[in-house]
Amino acid sequence: MIKPTAAPVPPRKGDPEITAEVVADHGLSPDEYERVQQIMGRTPTYTELGVFSAMWSEHCGYKNSKRLLRLLPTKAPWVIQGPGENAGVIDVGEGFALAFKIESHNHPSAVEPYQGAATGVGGILRDIFTMGARPVAVLDSLRFGDLDTGRVRYLFGGVVSGVGDYGNCVGIPNIGGEVQFDRGYEGNPIVNAMCLGLMKHEDLITASASGDGSPLMAVGARTGRDGIHGATFASEELSEDSDESSRPQVQVGDPFTEKLLLEASLELIASGAISGIQDMGAAGITSSGSEMAGRGGSGIEMEMTDVPIREEGMTPYEILLSESQERMLVVAKPGREDEVRQILEKWELEAAVIGRVTNDGMFRVLEEGQVVADIPALPLTEGCPTYEREGIESEEIVALRTMDLTEHLIPEGDLTKSFLLLLGSPNVASKQWIYHQYDTTVRTATAVRPGGDSGVIRIRGTRRAVAATTDCNGRFVYLEPRTGAMAAVAEAARNLVCVGALPTAITNNLNFGNPLKAHIYYQLREAVLGMRDACGAFETPVTGGNVSLFNETDGKAIYPTPVIGMVGVIDDVSKITRHAFQNAGDDIVLLGSNTGEFGGSEYLYVTAGLVAGQPPSVDLDGERALQQAVLKMNHEEVLNSAHDCSEGGLASALAECALGDGDAPFGVDVELDEDLRPVISLFGESQGRILVSASPDKTEQVLSLAARYEVPAMKIGTVTDADAGFSVKVRGGSVAASTADISEAYFTAIPKIMDAPAGSEA
Amino acid sequence: MKVAVITFPGSNCDYDLYKAAQQVGGDASFIWHRERGIEGYDAVLLPGGFSYGDYLRAGAIARMSPIMEDVISFANAGGPVLGICNGFQILCESGLLPGALMHNNSLKFESKDVLLRVERADTMFTADYKAGQILRIPIAHGEGNYEADKETLEALEAEGRVVFRYVNAAGETSANANPNGSWHNIAGITNRAGNVLGMMPHPERAMEELLGSTDGVALFTSMVASLQTS
Repeated sequence: MIKPTAAPVPPRKGDPEITAEVVADHGLSPDEYERVQQIMGRTPTYTELGVFSAMWSEHCGYKNSKRLLRLLPTKAPWVIQGPGENAGVIDVGEGFALAFKIESHNHPSAVEPYQGAATGVGGILRDIFTMGARPVAVLDSLRFGDLDTGRVRYLFGGVVSGVGDYGNCVGIPNIGGEVQFDRGYEGNPIVNAMCLGLMKHEDLITASASGDGSPLMAVGARTGRDGIHGATFASEELSEDSDESSRPQVQVGDPFTEKLLLEASLELIASGAISGIQDMGAAGITSSGSEMAGRGGSGIEMEMTDVPIREEGMTPYEILLSESQERMLVVAKPGREDEVRQILEKWELEAAVIGRVTNDGMFRVLEEGQVVADIPALPLTEGCPTYEREGIESEEIVALRTMDLTEHLIPEGDLTKSFLLLLGSPNVASKQWIYHQYDTTVRTATAVRPGGDSGVIRIRGTRRAVAATTDCNGRFVYLEPRTGAMAAVAEAARNLVCVGALPTAITNNLNFGNPLKAHIYYQLREAVLGMRDACGAFETPVTGGNVSLFNETDGKAIYPTPVIGMVGVIDDVSKITRHAFQNAGDDIVLLGSNTGEFGGSEYLYVTAGLVAGQPPSVDLDGERALQQAVLKMNHEEVLNSAHDCSEGGLASALAECALGDGDAPFGVDVELDEDLRPVISLFGESQGRILVSASPDKTEQVLSLAARYEVPAMKIGTVTDADAGFSVKVRGGSVAASTADISEAYFTAIPKIMDAPAGSEA
Repeated sequence: MKVAVITFPGSNCDYDLYKAAQQVGGDASFIWHRERGIEGYDAVLLPGGFSYGDYLRAGAIARMSPIMEDVISFANAGGPVLGICNGFQILCESGLLPGALMHNNSLKFESKDVLLRVERADTMFTADYKAGQILRIPIAHGEGNYEADKETLEALEAEGRVVFRYVNAAGETSANANPNGSWHNIAGITNRAGNVLGMMPHPERAMEELLGSTDGVALFTSMVASLQTS
């Protein structure tokens, strides 16, 4: 193959002239533009500039994160597909493979929450079924500002409806996720959606365009003018006027078409009539076409007038950069185009040949036979400049972290009052308001529904199951990025072992501010390093993910939020443990110990409006031992429940175990004596702790298994009947409330805010 | 027993219904909505989901699918037809059952386990239950609020055609046990002849302890038994 060079292309009639201003509007720096000119050997056309702009956006090109991402561990014997494809794939036993990935739709959701969130779900589903896997579960990781403004409630309500309506319609159960409300996300909500798909090993297909002369086909929905330059938009900061002016960059979802496209795609893959398939996601035909060509080491040529379009008069620029949803680019095997068409027709969808695979390494675009773009494919996909920047910790954050919290450690009123306040905080309170809007049981495979530590999907025809969770406490990462990122990985792993799943691999979503600012780059780098260490310690390699930078409004960045989507494997579904207590009379055992830090806790936020202090430290060896101990207890079937301690501390975790889903609540009688202030004992969010319950005749076994793994363990009390109420005594204080009172605080908090009659605006 | 599971574009509980039918010994097949002919089948199941994306109105477009003519003939000839969730909506739209399913009174999609009281244990779909038995079965719908004109509702009650009602743990038809605002807490009804049942809850999702409930099993075993004895 000769080195591909761009042929001269005359400017297209009506296209703007390339000026420094036009280049800047496309989000390319002068240096990057110079690189474009070097690659092209000439000035690019307007269409070509559009293509580079999209491919070299942060969203597609990862230019500020790629070098850091290379630090993460990505390999393990069970990893079948690591980063670089539409989704990661791992072996889950008995011939099954699990494809999984997380993706962000933060920017579109900030301006149009319903469609922004809906299309986020649509995109991640396509990433999974283009691997040949059937989507079996969705999770959503969300962040919003405090719910006391109408704007935030609008965003929250819209996002939840959008996530729900899309997944419900396609028929993929939602099995979990998380949400945090904090003023740090006021202007920039985070909407990350994760999808899991199951397949047999032999069904795996990858997205590459190989086979000289193979026809390229556009299948699914037609291409319209929606979402043009969405990838570039997603790589910029928002401002006050983003709201109205950016709406055209938000795509509109059609889950009905998605469902048909899902079935058609799986049938196409099974038919053997195609050799590659890729979602036209961010940057549409441009990214799907050039990435397939880049990976396959070949080239592609596409005729724009053959692309089915929704409206007349679309230019090649618009067609190439449209992010219309529910579209796929398919490489058919030569001579089998009709088979592809027939399958699509059965599902009442369109398929059109729009080009072919070539062997000259070029990404070439024609309009009525005239070349309008001719770009070397590999430099386009791989040649995006990557940056390593200087990172400096912000003095402001150092001051917050080292703040003296002493005055906040003495409760103002009684501890019970603080406790009920904490339970009624939307961050701790039941999330039923959210997941009761999500279909969680369709496909009849959901063994653990949302509300537990991890969602669990059984694999039909086997005893096995896969489990998944998403986690990240952005406050901890904000206060100390490396520790916070380790905590996110550790919490995810704890959530998996609580249901009895072996943590296996992660997908991550790095949600950060503007990396061109040194203190943001510092957060990004530190968080990646923390993630590297924790993933190494737990043997949970990263198989892919997503980076969402520039989450800032008017210069104010979100908390750095590296969301961890972790998956695990369960060998025997009959051994699944759940978080809710099962029987009055069972012993409650606390595994792990309280290390005493109180920074970034929900208590401080609720009682003092503070996000400050030293966040909990993470002892990776101790965490690993704890995980192994709990898995061993699960295998030995000595546990009746297991639950991670996180937001709201031990007291809140006990309430969650006692209340379950509200149908059969229990009481709690607990007493523990730690050498700590009462608020820290009750509400501290120290890492590395799991609450388990066991029948009294199994308690000895629980304690001795913990000792075998050198995990601190102590019996702290018993599960009682609901009538006996909720009582937790610690050194120097206690909380005591009726089950009805804690139930009221916990279950009604979010509905009271969200279902309040219109007009009762705060 | 040969069971036809009709798949419309956008059906998404077809596979679950197929597995439920198989679990009780049914010989289940999928029939694509554009195919014709359901001769030789002993029962027809209309699955849940979002046929045609619920565009226009849930079930409104699906009822115009070619296969629905055959389903109507099959039902009119006395063949058992079970419509669940979107299937219930299609049955109402096609006139096989009276009334309509409006938006939930919460105006939200509602997905959770509900408690149902078996009102009639003498139908071909419920013979393996006991009258008054309380079942725990999931719902997942945005338009499940059953409504009809006054005469129809009175006739349904008078003729004993309400088969399932939403109740609380004490077995009472309270307002807070009603997840969608349905009139008289109606969760499922039959036609006058008793061979067509429409219900919003998903018994096919309550077939295994692992998934939370086995209370749906008896509905399918009742159907099989009634066909074997008829």
